[in-house]
Amino acid sequence: MLVLTRKKNESIVINDDIEITIIDIQNDQIRLGISAPKNVSIYRKEIYLEIIEENKKAAENQNISLDDLKKKLKI
Amino acid sequence: MEIRLFREGGKVMVLETQHFGNIEISEEDIIEFERGLPGFEDNKRFTILEKVGDDNPFKWLQSIDSNTLAFVIVQPQMFKDHYEVKIDDNVAAELELEDVSEVIVYSIVTIPQEISKMTANLKAPILINAKKNKGCQMMLDDERYQFKHGILQELQNMGGK
Repeated sequence: MLVLTRKKNESIVINDDIEITIIDIQNDQIRLGISAPKNVSIYRKEIYLEIIEENKKAAENQNISLDDLKKKLKI
Repeated sequence: MEIRLFREGGKVMVLETQHFGNIEISEEDIIEFERGLPGFEDNKRFTILEKVGDDNPFKWLQSIDSNTLAFVIVQPQMFKDHYEVKIDDNVAAELELEDVSEVIVYSIVTIPQEISKMTANLKAPILINAKKNKGCQMMLDDERYQFKHGILQELQNMGGK
């Protein structure tokens, strides 16, 4: 991993078209500004991990039958 | 466990599935997920399984790369009147979408021990371009939608309409 030190209002540029700026630093919180082309996906990592976790839970449905689920729909 | 895929002449192959036994699928039934699904990145080919003529809103998104992997899916319009999926440019490109209205949207359903507490993942829907047989799971940057959205009551209500 490349490690760089930056101060407030300083930036790094990735691949010519992505710029990440340190907007503000308060205690242990850092606000980042990200300029990137529209086709670049940017996620908070914990959200991405949540998708993985939810997919893994959903993959445990193997013993279910669709007919059982359908029956549940009848009020 | 690896599945056995073999061709029987032409383009038909037999897929061993846990839920429907051995089924024949043709190449047109295979949906390609270039990036796989988060957590299951090695699974890049899926097919949708449902019983012919069944009005069951639940279907299986069955992996072709691993026959033990299948997700229950449901179309969100079966339980939600308004569900807004904003498709960004890179997803449209990935799916080779010419028109975003062509996309078919599914939610993955998680079913706990108590079936009535099943939830749909509205935060990260499955998007499919049926014309090009391309699919992906996209994250919505939309606070209205949750990873665990209770659906049974809403499905029952919509069914009663």
